[in-house]
Amino acid sequence: MLGIINGEVYDPQNGINGQVRDIWIEDGKTVSGESVDRAGAEIIDAAGLVVMPGGVDIHSHIVGAKVNAGRKFRPEDHRDHVRSRTAVTRSGSGYTVPSTFLTGYGYAEMGYTTVMEAATAPLVARHTHEELEDTPMLDKGAFITMGNNHFIMKCIRDGQREKARHYVAWLLGATKGYAIKIVNPGGVENWKWGQNVGELDDEVIGFGVTPRQIITTLAWINDELGLPHLPHIHGINLGQSGNARTTVETIEALEGRRAHFCHLQFLSYGGEPGKRVRSGAAELARAVNEHPNITVDIGQVIFGEATTMTSDGPLQYRLHRLTGNKWLNDDVEGETGGGVVPIQYKRSNPINAVQWLIGLELFLLIDDPWRVFLTTDHPNAGPFFCYPQVIKLLMDRDYRAEMLLGIHRRARRSALLAELDREYSLYEIAIVTRAGTARALGLRNKGHLGVGADADVTIYRKLDDKEAMFTEPYLVLKDGQIVVRDGRIVREHQGRTLYVAPPYDPGIEADLRTHFEECYTISFDNYPVAPEYLSRSEVIPCA
Amino acid sequence: MRVENVVCPFCGCLCDDIVAEVEDNRITAVKEVCSSGRSFFLNARTEATRPTVDGKEVEWPEGIDAAARILTDSACPLIYGLSSTASEAQRKAVALADVLGASIDSTSSVCHGPTTIGIQNQGEPTCTLGEIKHRADLVVFWGCNPAEAHMRHFARYSVSARGKLTPQGRRDRTVVVVDVRPTASSRKADFFLQVRPGSDYEVLTALRALLKDETLDVTDVGGVSVAQLADLLERMKGCRFGVIFFGMGVTQTGGKHLNIAELLALVAELNAYTRFTAMAMRGHGNVAGADCVLTWQTGYPFAVNFARGYPQYNPGEFTAVDMLGRQEADAALIIASDPIAHFPRRAADQLRRIPTIVLDPEVNLTAQEAQVVLPTAIYGVSAAGTAYRMDNVPLPLKRVVDSPQPTDEQVLDWIIERVKTCSA
Repeated sequence: MLGIINGEVYDPQNGINGQVRDIWIEDGKTVSGESVDRAGAEIIDAAGLVVMPGGVDIHSHIVGAKVNAGRKFRPEDHRDHVRSRTAVTRSGSGYTVPSTFLTGYGYAEMGYTTVMEAATAPLVARHTHEELEDTPMLDKGAFITMGNNHFIMKCIRDGQREKARHYVAWLLGATKGYAIKIVNPGGVENWKWGQNVGELDDEVIGFGVTPRQIITTLAWINDELGLPHLPHIHGINLGQSGNARTTVETIEALEGRRAHFCHLQFLSYGGEPGKRVRSGAAELARAVNEHPNITVDIGQVIFGEATTMTSDGPLQYRLHRLTGNKWLNDDVEGETGGGVVPIQYKRSNPINAVQWLIGLELFLLIDDPWRVFLTTDHPNAGPFFCYPQVIKLLMDRDYRAEMLLGIHRRARRSALLAELDREYSLYEIAIVTRAGTARALGLRNKGHLGVGADADVTIYRKLDDKEAMFTEPYLVLKDGQIVVRDGRIVREHQGRTLYVAPPYDPGIEADLRTHFEECYTISFDNYPVAPEYLSRSEVIPCA
Repeated sequence: MRVENVVCPFCGCLCDDIVAEVEDNRITAVKEVCSSGRSFFLNARTEATRPTVDGKEVEWPEGIDAAARILTDSACPLIYGLSSTASEAQRKAVALADVLGASIDSTSSVCHGPTTIGIQNQGEPTCTLGEIKHRADLVVFWGCNPAEAHMRHFARYSVSARGKLTPQGRRDRTVVVVDVRPTASSRKADFFLQVRPGSDYEVLTALRALLKDETLDVTDVGGVSVAQLADLLERMKGCRFGVIFFGMGVTQTGGKHLNIAELLALVAELNAYTRFTAMAMRGHGNVAGADCVLTWQTGYPFAVNFARGYPQYNPGEFTAVDMLGRQEADAALIIASDPIAHFPRRAADQLRRIPTIVLDPEVNLTAQEAQVVLPTAIYGVSAAGTAYRMDNVPLPLKRVVDSPQPTDEQVLDWIIERVKTCSA
């Protein structure tokens, strides 16, 4: 039994906004204070401290083939960013693409206890799980890319939605995945022909289906299967001027079905295609405000080093041509593709400055904090350990104004941001970093401190400088045990892998065997990730 | 008993359609397998073998003790090999290196290490083998000889494989071989470009120059006429989906990583005209896995040193041949590899001088000279595990027969525990 007493608690899921509450923990869960034997309990006196549930990241590229390719080809990223082994921790290296142990430690030291890997190609899901096993401290899951999957596109072409539904259910179970991920639907397949899609009704070469059909079918499947999370969408035209229009069209194409749009910043660009980028934040914020079926995360740009990595093959090639930086591409048979390109975001670069502005404008213009979440699309827009800087930008308009002075003049002149004086409260920060993300992910035991929650708790010192406050928590508890003290790991902890296993009709396996023989270079039987790959796991139930 | 869809862990192809017949815990027959794979499966040892210390048979705890003592007594231990073991064991090997403050290196450093350095300079446009099977209509093999080294590569992935856009297999593809001499592979090619030894860099640079519409004021480059190069380049620009597979003929000849950077630059630039990719022909069954595991645990794929408490990367300094050649490594743990049989004399001599521990199913040349020999089960035959194909697709290795031997992973775990208690 453990008690965290006298703390100023921010637990938005339970409507607690800074009131002093005691939190009681037993066997890794929060329990009711009524039946507690306080005499025998270990007590943490949190008087004057801020208590929140552990942070929950809804979108971050932390493990798997693409991330590892990024690590492998960026030794220059690691050399000056190392961590020595200690009695309780492993060593490692890396800044924007840290090694697995460093990723786990870095998140935990920032008060985060659950992180979702944002994109795994099903064919290499086994790799993702091997790396997740070496990512300590965190509960974690993996989103499975499906927006360019041949089997699904064939089902859509042949009008076999039911078959696609059973396939998706099978695929999630086979890959031990958590959610449906859609990346540039149809565009990645077209990239295998050196092309892309630009409109929702463009055709996918060789399949005769459209991005619109792929998105609406997968959104329908998501609802039918009752998956805990929403279809997680990275739309078409990411990173291109004028994509605000196609992003709004994508939101409208869902016709009220629920969906999550990730790193919206990269998809909120005004202006004309091929011309100068302008902020489309106002347009997108309006669309999000008007569509209660939509949640978003931002992908806030952090000035400095980043490594772009997405399944969006044509985008990564464009970035390579644009920047001249080195380029990795990896097309995956019958499923998806991907690429990696290092990048630097500079205050003095007018495009980067506009990207930075758009993220903040979206944060401040979207009304409902339960539908907008803090991410940097790590490491695409910046590294995850810069979240405290973003929190400070959201909570402190003077700091924002000061930062605004430092960015490129042209971007500053047009900035809507100068007029936005909203400041996030601690309660709202708790929503956009844990309560809201946990809710959107369908994780009922996370993001709150009510009875029965996983005892993942972060205790912060209350500081005026919010960046300092959120950089170095006083204590972090994972599964009820103290794992971080004063921002340093004191105990290594193996978290769970969270996945879904929706039921499917085993009758589709015959079709799948044929599909594998026609489409893959590995056999059907060697494809699924066996349960032995997950040393500690939890199946999150479907509705 | 018949076991299907067995993954052959012998080479980087990781063919996963092998059928094994098992009687009395012995593999009696294998089908759908090349001659290397056949001999690998049929000669796999399954009988019990005990560890040895200084040539004398001992019980396992004694063997582990001796190994841990050698490693903890060492000021500069080296862990080497890794390419023929499973990723589960590779993960433990890196953990051990971290605990010891050791150097760790894989056989990559003497095969495709320069490829990695080339990629770090230039990037890498690549794909999985299925994309080549289904799409590639131009296949170039440069400095490699899959007909003899990756025997089912042509049939399963690259040449005669029938795919969606290549329904007629071989007839739907143009095959080009570039090498310094005719090989079994070049005899299967539509075009063979014989380059002068050591001139790959010049030839690749000439292709890049031609791609940029430069005029070359020579008639031949590296023994190949400019007309032939121009013809090859037109085929490259005009194909639907092209690939260059490259081997040690490019990575280990003069210029090394510069050759690879040049090759990858050419491939990247061809994407302005069509889709073009490149892939290293990885040799050992899980050498790609060694790169992957080292990278995700340390940030670097080979040549890593933990002496300062954190991983440092420096090929040429922390690579096994160099650590031994400079007589810096004063103890070695060799996992699933036979460096004494393959290393340069100076490095091999140092291995003979220093206390060495070998984890291997076979008593190889290195094991014959080692102080401690820890005979382990064979991944893919008598132990389950994971291996990464040459395109980094991970596959599950099966336990086809039982073995009384522990796995590399188990033994490394024991050593780590023992080292921790020794140090404490």
